[in-house]
Amino acid sequence: MPIRSRPAGCAQHRPKQLDARGLNCPLPILRTKKSLSELASGQILKINSTDPGSVKDMQAFAKQTGNELLSTTENGGEFVYLMRKH
Amino acid sequence: MEAKKMAIIATKGTLDWAYPPFILASTAAALGYEVQIFFTFYGLQLLKKDLSGLKISPLGNPGMPMKMPFGPKWFKGLNWNIPNAVQSLVPGYENIATSLMKQTIANNGVASIPELRELCVEADVKMIGCQMTVELFGFDHREFMDGVEYGGAATFFEFAGETDICLFI
Repeated sequence: MPIRSRPAGCAQHRPKQLDARGLNCPLPILRTKKSLSELASGQILKINSTDPGSVKDMQAFAKQTGNELLSTTENGGEFVYLMRKH
Repeated sequence: MEAKKMAIIATKGTLDWAYPPFILASTAAALGYEVQIFFTFYGLQLLKKDLSGLKISPLGNPGMPMKMPFGPKWFKGLNWNIPNAVQSLVPGYENIATSLMKQTIANNGVASIPELRELCVEADVKMIGCQMTVELFGFDHREFMDGVEYGGAATFFEFAGETDICLFI
């Protein structure tokens, strides 16, 4: 699974997980925001979502909040995002 | 950098129209906006402590698909086109439509209105109730949730005049 690969420099940290599967707009974004608030700057959050609308929304969220969307992967209707806290 | 600001005027008091103000307010707050919602006329229903009275009405609303939230796929896909005259005669029609809508909302992983409102409160969205409407409709402040401030049009403009986004819903 490609999503298991961790970005360089964070090898010692396991990304914090957010299971947003089954949730619809705007909950994946609101849960992401909440989960990020519990992380330190530079830490990475892994988000699982089944909401197709979340693809654009995660990009828009990252752009507007300064958090970095490292990757987006899709696997059979499930979306996985890696986001680094600003 | 100063936070962006958004003001919303919420004027509708039905279950369906409760969504736009709370979705936009909670999302804007998550994006770092400072948000105020001014609840006026029927919008005051969204501030009630008990939100279980919020209903939808398919009557006179040709835009609302009437589909069942249960059963096999072909059955769920049926659109029940019930004439207005029949809707208005059947006792409890709105209650039935409302409970079907709530089931559909839950089936789709969409947040409930109490949940969304709570997320707004947690995100420090400021709620203002229109004092004139409170009196006009004979409401009592005790019927409304804690933390609501009451004011009039001038109170709204004090914040709205400085916003980046201002919506009337």
